[in-house]
Amino acid sequence: MSNKQADNNNNNSGSNADNIEFPTSKKNLILNNNTSDKSIHNINNNLTFISEFIRRKSGIAGVIILLILVSMTIYAFFGIPFASFKEWNNPNYWIDNPRLASPIWSDFFGYLGRDTPEHLILSSSVENNDANRGANKVTISTTNENGINVVTHSYHINYNSDIPPNDFMITYSLHKEKIPPAIEIELIRPNNNKFDIYFDSITPSISGSNQSITLGRIFSTDSLIHQKLLDYLKFYNYKQETSKPEVMLFSNHENRSIMKGNYTFNVKFYLFNNEDEILNSKLILGGEKFGLMGTDELRRDLTVGLVWGAPVALFIGLSVSTISIVIGMIYGIIAGYKGKRTDESLMRINDIFYSLPTLPLLIIMSLFLGRSIFLIVLFLIFFGWMGTAKISRSLALQIKNFQYVEAAKLIGQSDIKIIFKHIIPQLLPLTFASIAISVPGAILAEASLSFIGLGDPSIPTWGQILHEAHTAAAASRGLWWWLIPPGMLIALTGLAFVLIGNTIDSLLNPKMKRM
Amino acid sequence: MTSGFLFFLFKRIINMFIVLFSILVLTISLLGPTMDNVIKDSVKYNVIDGLSNQKVEFKDITERQRYIDKQILLQIKNLGLEEPWYSPNRFFNTLFKVMVLDLGKSNFFVSDSGSSSVKDIIIEKIPKTLLLFTTSTIVIALMGVYLGVFLASRADSKLDRINSIFAIFSNSIPVWWFGMIMIFIFAFSLNIFPARSTPSTPPNDPFYFFDLLYHMTLPLITMVILGFGSVAFIVRHIVSGILEEDFIKAKFAMGIPKKKILYSHALKNAAPPIITMIGLSLAGSFGGAFTVEVVFDWPGMGKLYFDAIGLMDVPIIIGLTYVSTLIFLVTVFFIDIIYGYFDPRVKLNE
Repeated sequence: MSNKQADNNNNNSGSNADNIEFPTSKKNLILNNNTSDKSIHNINNNLTFISEFIRRKSGIAGVIILLILVSMTIYAFFGIPFASFKEWNNPNYWIDNPRLASPIWSDFFGYLGRDTPEHLILSSSVENNDANRGANKVTISTTNENGINVVTHSYHINYNSDIPPNDFMITYSLHKEKIPPAIEIELIRPNNNKFDIYFDSITPSISGSNQSITLGRIFSTDSLIHQKLLDYLKFYNYKQETSKPEVMLFSNHENRSIMKGNYTFNVKFYLFNNEDEILNSKLILGGEKFGLMGTDELRRDLTVGLVWGAPVALFIGLSVSTISIVIGMIYGIIAGYKGKRTDESLMRINDIFYSLPTLPLLIIMSLFLGRSIFLIVLFLIFFGWMGTAKISRSLALQIKNFQYVEAAKLIGQSDIKIIFKHIIPQLLPLTFASIAISVPGAILAEASLSFIGLGDPSIPTWGQILHEAHTAAAASRGLWWWLIPPGMLIALTGLAFVLIGNTIDSLLNPKMKRM
Repeated sequence: MTSGFLFFLFKRIINMFIVLFSILVLTISLLGPTMDNVIKDSVKYNVIDGLSNQKVEFKDITERQRYIDKQILLQIKNLGLEEPWYSPNRFFNTLFKVMVLDLGKSNFFVSDSGSSSVKDIIIEKIPKTLLLFTTSTIVIALMGVYLGVFLASRADSKLDRINSIFAIFSNSIPVWWFGMIMIFIFAFSLNIFPARSTPSTPPNDPFYFFDLLYHMTLPLITMVILGFGSVAFIVRHIVSGILEEDFIKAKFAMGIPKKKILYSHALKNAAPPIITMIGLSLAGSFGGAFTVEVVFDWPGMGKLYFDAIGLMDVPIIIGLTYVSTLIFLVTVFFIDIIYGYFDPRVKLNE
């Protein structure tokens, strides 16, 4: 009863051949009966196989996409800090990023882009900052004034946008002893005006986890900045508001426009104890454009999420398809080789598995058994092996009647040995094709599960990102950078494997000439 | 009807019931403990709630607590909850209750008519899911068959190759993601269709149905665009196989118009495998239809599933699993029967 061809829509091997393919010539008829002989031919001629593969455009396209995904995987492991993977759901880790910022290149796309400044994060420590981009840089100097150590972090910014930043923020972390240090911020504008915008002693922080380390943030809305700026209102020929320091500080004196040029923020720390030490400080100019892929509602850098999605998707796709196809193959071979009662009962079980409605069961299982990525892989294997079992059973039925198999039987080889030595090698090439073809199904299933909110919540996957985009109503709010890339990556990954699988399949199975 | 076909029918029916039964057993054993807790919680709530209405006076808090505990125990015993969920008595009781959808009250949802019984809520959603799903099925099948036959007559043309690529593409695109993109294009950018597919008119309004249809357009288009390519691909392969047959070639030689041969003779012969393959691939897309409902806020079973998962409304989840399994199995069953009826090998008992 080969009545379940739907699953083999594209994969045409085996069971549905008798329905779709009608042999057109004598030559095809012969090939039809000897599919497995053809496989032997191919496995013995790896070189011709590869050279034939290279000639197929679709196969090459698939390989190229796969290479891109592999390089994304390598970049994820070696190019970005692993903390970004572990801290994906920790809002504190992403706090310096803007909310819902579009990609920096979004201006190219007309109305889709919003005319807003780029988000800038300058950090005094070396790693992870925009400090060395363009004309922006950070210098650190230490002086001694009347026995007091003064550490100055100078942020040099070349500001060229027509719009002021949304806000600015200075964060610091320092190690202090008894007497709290003081902090002073001054701004040198392009016309060499010097504005003192902040001076205060550092109060013990609330957020500091370790007592001797103090973390602090000074927002542009700070009332001290507001007060200090009152003194500078006289410079402006028109009305400025001190409640919007980000506008006032970046404006021209004569008219309402932005003063472009080099700004320098000097953040001075007055240290009264010799042991005091400034660990780090950052200047953040708030904007609505950030990174290669923008950010989501929780300020997470989507570039990081998308890049981490690649190894996760490859892991899910490859592990699910490989394991389920190996299980299905062995199951089918046992059924076909043993025949009779074994065959009948195994195929009956197969039928039952076939008619399980996948989605409702996946929902129930992940709700009540757990949502870790490994469990999801197990669930998907559970629903993934039946198609292969059917195909390999019908092939095993053919192969077991070949003379050399019968000869092996006659000289008394054990069943297991015959299966592993004579039957499985025949099926291997086809197996590779079906593994590749079934990868997209696994990736799509995981993504759908994540999308309805049942994925592994602790790691960034493409489906998870889209789930969050959906809950935030990204589509009806026009947040395209949050929507399009993850789905594209899912589709491209699936496409790559389908193309590769179909190419292998059509090389092994000459009946299907071209996809 | 031969004995072979009857035997086949019998096997299919048995298979269907085994599957249904095992899914129910699996569901209940996974959800059993949670469901018990849910019922016990609602008993507690009812007792305390009833107490505040009765205005019974107590000397102190401990006496009040003792009274409450006693009432709860009494009610739990009445409901037969003192046995664990896996005791055979309760297990079959639950099984039966699920089968007749007697699942008590939902904690979070109400139906349009204001009832909070799980049965009413689910039954109200079924027609909406079926409306969307069957409409898209019919449109996809018609477009796919027409295009497929057309492509079969022009095998290996440019259009044929484009459709192959399109079919592969549409198989690797998640339909719910495509739905989000469609919302972005048609609701956000062009403002033609509403982003949420739940109609704004009340259900008893005479124009409710038309409003529903208007709101259905965008999800329908989404499903059709991603669906018809692969159906056309299947049909093209089946029909182009039949076009190679001698009797079709003879018909060409007799001078019968090409169109008639294609859509009448060839299609008739290709019908059984086409029906099965389309049917099965659509049964497979049943789950996809659920996610489409979620994306478009279509007021059907899939959306209810999504909401119930979010709020962990266990009775609703069990009920939906049962109903969707049933619908799926019945669909697959009928497709099997059609296939078995047309396939001569089945009639001869293989």
